[in-house]
Amino acid sequence: MLTADVVVAIALGYVGLLFLLAFLSDRWSRKGSRWISNSPVIYTLSISVYCTSWTFYGAVGSAARNGLEFITIYLGPTLVFLGWWYLLRKLVRIGQVNRISSIADLISSRYGKSNTLAVMVTLMAVIGTTPYIALQLKAVTTSFEVVSGGSGDLLGNRSGDSGGSDPALWVAVGMALFTILFGTRNLDANEQHPGVVAAIAFEALVKLLALLMVGLFVVFSFGGLENLFPEEMSRRLLERENVFGGRWAVLTFLSATAIICLPREFQVTVVENARESHLRTAGWLFPAYLLLICLFILPIAAAGLTRLPAGANPDMFVLTVPMAANQEMLALFAFIGGFSSATSMVIVACIALSIMISNHIVMPVVLRLRWLRLYDSADLKTLVLFSRRFSILLILFLGLLYYRLSAQTEALASMGLIAFAGVAQFLPSLLGGLYWRQATARGAKLGLMGGVVLWVYTLLLPSLAEDGTMFGEIVSNGLFGWEMLRPQALFGMTGFDPLVHAIVWSLTANTALLIAGSLFSEQAPLERLQSALFVDVFRNTPGDESRALVRSAAIDDLRLLSRRILGADAADRQFRDFALRQGRDDGVPVADTAFITHLERQIGGNVGAASARVMISEVVSGETISLDEIIRMVDETQQVIEYSQALEANSRTLEQTAAQLRQANQRLMRLDTEKDDFLSQVSHELRTPMTSIRSFAEALLKADEMPPDQAHRFMRIIHDESLRLTSLLDDILDLSHLESGEVRWQVEHLDPETAAVNAIAACEGLAAETGVRVEHVPADTPAAIRGNRDRLSQILINLISNAIKYNDSAEPWVRVECRVEAGRWRVDVRDNGPGAGDVAPDQLFSKFARGWRQIAKGRSGTGLGLAISAEIARRHGGDLSLTESSDHGSCFTLTLPIAQ
Amino acid sequence: MTKSGADGSVKRILIAEDEPNIVELLTFILERAGCVTRAVTDGEAAIAEIRRDAPDVLLLDLMLPKHDGYAVLKSVRASADNAGLPVVMLTAKGQERDRKVAESLGVNAFITKPFSNQDVVDQVLALAGAGAAGR
Repeated sequence: MLTADVVVAIALGYVGLLFLLAFLSDRWSRKGSRWISNSPVIYTLSISVYCTSWTFYGAVGSAARNGLEFITIYLGPTLVFLGWWYLLRKLVRIGQVNRISSIADLISSRYGKSNTLAVMVTLMAVIGTTPYIALQLKAVTTSFEVVSGGSGDLLGNRSGDSGGSDPALWVAVGMALFTILFGTRNLDANEQHPGVVAAIAFEALVKLLALLMVGLFVVFSFGGLENLFPEEMSRRLLERENVFGGRWAVLTFLSATAIICLPREFQVTVVENARESHLRTAGWLFPAYLLLICLFILPIAAAGLTRLPAGANPDMFVLTVPMAANQEMLALFAFIGGFSSATSMVIVACIALSIMISNHIVMPVVLRLRWLRLYDSADLKTLVLFSRRFSILLILFLGLLYYRLSAQTEALASMGLIAFAGVAQFLPSLLGGLYWRQATARGAKLGLMGGVVLWVYTLLLPSLAEDGTMFGEIVSNGLFGWEMLRPQALFGMTGFDPLVHAIVWSLTANTALLIAGSLFSEQAPLERLQSALFVDVFRNTPGDESRALVRSAAIDDLRLLSRRILGADAADRQFRDFALRQGRDDGVPVADTAFITHLERQIGGNVGAASARVMISEVVSGETISLDEIIRMVDETQQVIEYSQALEANSRTLEQTAAQLRQANQRLMRLDTEKDDFLSQVSHELRTPMTSIRSFAEALLKADEMPPDQAHRFMRIIHDESLRLTSLLDDILDLSHLESGEVRWQVEHLDPETAAVNAIAACEGLAAETGVRVEHVPADTPAAIRGNRDRLSQILINLISNAIKYNDSAEPWVRVECRVEAGRWRVDVRDNGPGAGDVAPDQLFSKFARGWRQIAKGRSGTGLGLAISAEIARRHGGDLSLTESSDHGSCFTLTLPIAQ
Repeated sequence: MTKSGADGSVKRILIAEDEPNIVELLTFILERAGCVTRAVTDGEAAIAEIRRDAPDVLLLDLMLPKHDGYAVLKSVRASADNAGLPVVMLTAKGQERDRKVAESLGVNAFITKPFSNQDVVDQVLALAGAGAAGR
């Protein structure tokens, strides 16, 4: 037999282990190691704080009594994690963006940072959690008695008062110590407790292992499942009434609600969440954990019912079944598993509740009472920590008190579900707050109030009722003796399960009041803003609030305030970081709206949004909420923003298009002017030869007596001018084709030197006629270019013939010098003629270049030759330019790329 | 072919034109009409020739090298001795704008190339007579 001393020693050792684990984890994470917060598995395990000793011991008991009903407790959370993953993600996102510290903080923040709501939710949470803590204390005490063989017996029934050595007290003291040590060790802005989380995760493993081992033992000791479940047993456990009935559905719904609304679940799921992505793992791992937990519940129940004498307490089967088989070590391990379930629940619940009590009840009261003196004296950080610790002690004291007072009644057993039903009252406000933009604080208050009143009246009150008392009187005859008001048969709804009856009434009233209250009340500006921020959390970026609130403050006041609450180091870090973010390197941020909002969030993480708001308001001067901004944000915020973004994008495009159009238009106007000039030039160039043709022809016609040689001369002029006219038209067309890029000519490898020789040969006649000497200086190295033979000749002939024609020097010469230079073939056509005068080079190569034509007036040439040649050179990837020009001569240079 | 003006005197015409063919043509038709012609091929020479020995009519091409027709016309109208010299302007630029500019500068006749020979002769003779009558 295990003695009490041994069990106590082992339990103490286990607690010591937890302390060590939490201590080390805290140390590691403070040193920067992030493995706890980085692990989605640890996160998931910590969520299993859901499985308390009530589920550890009670599930087997429930299975023994009511068959499959226990499954509902696991089914609800499983459905939420598998099916309503979005809700959890939204909660987590909102929690992180707004530094939400508890469910009370969440609901209060959503409804305009209402402190009233925060207080209501906090009180409700305390009322709902205290019996639950008492339940854990009871479970620990009972299981201790059973396993240590103290005053309990194998039947697992309590044998009355155990006197002064009640372990519940010591458990409560131990948990208070643990929670204060690791739950209020420091004030972290995001309320995360890696030490606690690590310990909770460890305990989750322990309780799972314990249950699995007991289950495996049972299955093997019976020699298989078929021996465990003879037909009579199967019928007894599996074919109960009410399974899949109304009570089944309501229980599933309640447990689904609990996983969202229970303060301790909110704490581990939302507040302690380090990364949103962890939810992805939890989405399948947590249901898997629940599946493992309930895997052996039926076998253990069956074993208990078979092996243990009738009247044995089914709630203790997990312990008594191994004990009956003399497996003391296994029983001890099962006890440690149950102990783990109880302690982890108490610890997390205490932390969650203490944050709520401290932030929403103690701090606001303290702030209001001592506000003026607070600034001069107290270190707020110490005050917050003190109020946290005080709250933890208070909660455990309440739990212990409740346990002591109700220990003699059997009411405790049903308290689990009653508490679930209590916190389920948060659900309408929570969901309404997350998904319904019009939900107002007034609606939430009304709904919560109505739901709680009905919960108290229909569920809590009957559970406390004993025959003959006032409560008993109300339960049997109704309030004021009105049958219609009987708590368990409200308005004549008789024949329902009391729990179903209470849940349906309270939540219906709650939801209806929320909707009605919201529809008939207006949202305050801040409320509208918060509702937009919460409902559209995935569409808004953090910091949207700062766009709507225009605030300013003295930076020193802000620093003083935040140092007091966050601590000097953390506050200074915030200031430094934000200064950097603002691009300032002096470490002093500008106290603009964004910074104030950021700071308010940080402070809100420690004292709750409502308190933070009060504090910040005290130092912030001239807090105005610009109505325009609010309207912009709230009234179809996102659509408006998206629409305006689309408009902005559109107008940007339009601007670009307009700029392009302007450019195109300028280009067109320039081209138009050029075209006008060109037409004017063409007209002029055409009119000149036409004048000669017409007038000489007229002279010939009119003249009666004209010497034949003169008439012949006139006719020659007419002939020449006609030819000039034709070549002019040809050139115009040629240039036009070249410029429009329509000409496709044949490209081949060719030797430019040969082209030069041929061009000189072509100009020989002209040279001889004018007495100009033409020299050719060939290149040293041979080269090949890619191009069109005829076009290349056209350039060279144009250059050489121009040089010949316009050369009026006494001893005229033209030199054609070729060479290869820098990967290009280069030819200089040099002459000792009159030069190009002061004509600008770019004008020289434009259509109808004037300079040379003026000088050489009367000779053939259209003035388009250079423009055409330049265009051809350009299309060969080459360049034509005037490289020298003086009174003593000029030089035109053509360069062309050498073919590879 | 010696009588040209209405008063029977021989009219002296200065041709300022840079196209050799046109100079030859104008010389031919005007001498046929009994005028005496001289020719210069740029604006500078035209101004110098007028100053040296003013003709009865100036036949002035617009597009001249050195000084264009406008510059020559301005110079003539601004001169002390020859401000009233009759000027016939010839141009291959057929634009109305050029006519306006020339008229604002005080041109006496404006003829667009290509022209009718008879038209040129008539205009020149008419101005030569009027100019002579005005002296």
